[in-house]
Order: sequence, then C-alpha cells, then structure tokens
Amino acid sequence: MGEEKEIRVSGLEFAYPGEEPGMPGHIVLKGLDLQIPRGQFVAVLGHNGSGKSTLAKHFNAILLPTSGDVVVCGINTKDEERLFDIRQQVGMVFQNPDNQIVATIVEEDVAFALENLGVEPSEIRRRVDEALKEVDMYQYREHAPHQLSGGQKQRVAIAGILAMRPDFIVLDEPTAMLDPRGRSEVLRTIRELNRDYHTTVVLITHYMDEAVQAERVVVVDGGKILRDGTPREVFTEVELLKSVGLDVPQVTELVYELRQAGIELPQDILTEDECYQALKKLLSASANKR
Amino acid sequence: MIRDITIGQYFPGHSPVHRMDPRMKLILTIFYIVVLFFVSNPFGFIPAVFFLVCCYRVARIPVKMIAKSIKPILPIIIFTGILNLLFITGESVIFTFGPVHVSWQGIYTSVKMALRLILLIAGTSLMTYTTSPIALTDAIEQLLSPLKVVHFPAHELAMMMSIALRFIPTLVEETDKIMSAQKARGADMESGGLIQRAKSLIPVMIPLFISAFRRAEELALAMECRCYHGGEGRTRMKQLRYTRLDFTALGISVLLLAVIIALNLIPMPFLDWLI
Repeated sequence: MGEEKEIRVSGLEFAYPGEEPGMPGHIVLKGLDLQIPRGQFVAVLGHNGSGKSTLAKHFNAILLPTSGDVVVCGINTKDEERLFDIRQQVGMVFQNPDNQIVATIVEEDVAFALENLGVEPSEIRRRVDEALKEVDMYQYREHAPHQLSGGQKQRVAIAGILAMRPDFIVLDEPTAMLDPRGRSEVLRTIRELNRDYHTTVVLITHYMDEAVQAERVVVVDGGKILRDGTPREVFTEVELLKSVGLDVPQVTELVYELRQAGIELPQDILTEDECYQALKKLLSASANKR
Repeated sequence: MIRDITIGQYFPGHSPVHRMDPRMKLILTIFYIVVLFFVSNPFGFIPAVFFLVCCYRVARIPVKMIAKSIKPILPIIIFTGILNLLFITGESVIFTFGPVHVSWQGIYTSVKMALRLILLIAGTSLMTYTTSPIALTDAIEQLLSPLKVVHFPAHELAMMMSIALRFIPTLVEETDKIMSAQKARGADMESGGLIQRAKSLIPVMIPLFISAFRRAEELALAMECRCYHGGEGRTRMKQLRYTRLDFTALGISVLLLAVIIALNLIPMPFLDWLI
C-alpha cells in the first residue's frame, strides 16, 4: 500500500487527567516532534520524570495524545479499529521481567501474543522456535520462568514480542532491574536484533553507556526534545547534559575534564579504544618532545 | 528457604499415563469416582483396587505415594469410620454398650466407607501426580468451553488459574524478601502465642498485597501490549488431541464398570447376614 514504515510523532502533548474533572492535570509532554524510520537503533535519554516513558507509551497506543498525533506505519494511534495492528507493529518490553511473563512455561509465554492474534498452531510453533533462537533462549524453552535469571527472563520477554514480528521494538528501561551480567546479555540481544534482523529498536534508558551504542540519541527533558543526533554529537555537549541532570559516558567525562585542564585532545571521543589511542598519541608526542 | 516448592504434586515423566490427554484423565478420574459408588458388595472392591494399583504401576508412581496422599485426610476417615461403627444399627449385634450397638453391619459399612474414601483420594491423586497444573488448566478450559453458550467464563477461569500458578513462586520469593527485610528492622516473627504471631505477619502481608497489586497492573499492561483481548478468536499453540492411548484407557475403565456391575448382580446368599 506504499505506507511509510516509520513512527511519526507530531506536536505531541500529553497531560495526565486531573484528580477531579475540570481540574488541570499534570502536563508531561509539551509538544514533541519525532520521526523514527525503520531499521534505526534509537536511544531515548532522560532523567526520571522527563517524560521519556510517557513518550514510549504513545508509540503503541497505550496512551493517546491529549493533542497532536502519533502515526505508526500510516495508522494513527487514535484509530481504535486498528489498535491490534498497531500493537503488533510496535512491540513493547517493560522494566520488570517478572511482571510481563504470563505463562508458566517459557515457550507458552512466547506463544501468548500469537495465540491472542489467532495465528494457526503450526505457524505459532514455527515462530516461537524462531524467536527463542533469536534471543538465544531456545534450550530453555521448557523451563519455568522462575528458574531463570533476570537477564534470561528479560530475553524471554523480548522473544515474546519478537514472535509477533513487529517492525519496531520499544524497550522501556529493560536493564534497570538487572545485574551487570544480565544487562550486558540483554543489550547484546538488542544490538543483534537491530544488526542482524533489521528490527527498529527504540531503547528508553538512563544509562549512558547503553545510549552510546545506539546510532541516534534523543535527549528528552521537561517533556520536550532537547537534542537529537548521533551519540558523538550529543555527548560532546557535556555541559548541556549535566545541566539537565544527565551524566555523560565515563570516557567523554574524562576527555572533557582533561580538555578543561588545558590538555589538547579531540572533542568527539566516545569509546574506550578511541580514548586509549588519543592518550597514547598524546603521551608519545610529549615524550618525543623531551 | 521456600524457593524450591513444587506446585501441586506433579511428578514429571513419560509413562503412558503421563502421555494421556489431560481431558481424558480428568474425565476418567470423575468416571472412577462414580464407579466407586456403584460398588455394592465386598468383592466389587477387588477390581477397583486392582485397577488403581495397575494405574500407579503403569505411571511408575510408587504405590507408597498413596499413603502420603491419604495422610492429610486420615482424621476424616477415622472419624467417619467410628461414627459408622457405632451408629449403624444392624441385626447381628456383637456387643451393646449403653445406647451404642456395635454390629457386623456397622463394621462392614465403616470399612466400606473408609476403603471408598481411600480409593477416591488415591484415584484423584494419581491424576495430579501425572498431570502438570498447566495441562490440567487447559483441560478444564476445553471441557468447560461448551458452557460458554450460557456465558460461563471458561477461558477467564483458566487464565486466572494459570496466572495464579505463574505467580506463586514469584510471590513466595517476595514474601521471603519482605520477611527478611522486616526481620532486619527488628520484627519478631517466631515468638509469642498464636495471636501475637498472626499480628506479626501484618507487616509482611501489607507490603506483599501492595506489590501484588502493582504487579497485576503491570502484567495487565504487558498483556494488552501483546494484543490480549479475552478468549475470543484465540488459538492455542499446543493442541490437545485424543490418541489411541486415551481410547484404550477409556475402554479399560468401561470394562471396570462392567465387571463391578456384574459382581453386583451375582447373587451372593452367603453374604446376606452382612448387608
């Protein structure tokens, strides 16, 4: 039908309804414009209460805009008739893995969405196996969820979404409740999904080291978009990020401090390796001078 | 401490009994209970016991397990036994003690009732030993689904059961955590009388309830995100299917009923003094 495969947010405003009817509610989003084309890996950054989770809930029509529009692949989220189309296109993974696993067996849980959509049993079986393999949890398919670690549970939750074959996956702080090992497991899975299966990933996070791995970073503050660009562009604005209560990646911080101290280093260093190379170059240069 | 609980009493396995369709198991368990009430002469119990022991054997569940499953209802069995023994009035009285007559009929009835109860429990236990709670939930949903015509919420009931099963371990773990947290704050849960102990559980119950509600809310959201909209138009990945095994089991069960009815019909004049 030639529909554009993208999420388009225009003039999005949202306020939670007030305690009493007629009372002004708590305004969370104050006019957001955003476009997420298919295939991208986008990180949405913001501190607590910045509205980033509220924004995420608009992508699959859990929340509807107070004003403005959210359009997913040509479907407005206000279109109630196509609610399930939207939810099937935009999968959502939440913070607590325990509270999003429905069934008592891993594979049954992955099948849950497909059962709801009325897919043929043989097709469900095929897609469930595929999804479990994609997140590398196939060998655990007959386990009970409570036998798994946090990272494994979160991967099962991701598989449950993948089985729907969505074009977009929105992950709302998927690593916030995990230990470091679980975090890196989940993050690796997310990266592979984007790289190998070309799934569009929208990662809501407040971890800088996760955001660095995305190809695009959107910084949300006070219900508005503050910055939107590549990690390199965004993270070099150390002062701006700090002014809205966000950290910068450790490497960026180090380079920033060194530059403040008058040491000449390039501004756009983002990875440990780049930092190591730059420092090595700097040190050998000063050794040669002597 | 309570982490390794098994839900229900399921023993995983691959015996023919395990592999039977859970619907058929449920039906045959009910059938067996009905059959037990057809037994009206002492010889009728022989095939009933034999059948059950064979089922345990085939399922590779140790027959010892029967004793374990009966233990909790032992007081009931003894109580009904004594009542029957003392208050059934028969003609062949053995001895009289005040208003109480102990007769052969009384002894016979109490033994019969006890045996019936034991077989009933042992039979239903076999089903829970060999069927996972999830399979059982599925079976209940399928068997009750014809009642949807009269608006019986079969799907909702099954969904509730399976979510409850899913969250039992999670909530047990959470209870553990909350108890530790309260103990760390100086809560004393082990000493004092019954009322004191019940009171000391309040600081555990309240956070547990609050968290359970929060979990419920999040779960509902996650289910909505995965397009859950009730049982309408829903398919299942694992289809239940009756196989030859199920029909064989059905055949054997019907045969058992036939044998017991036949035994009832054979005249046994030598037992007249008992019945």
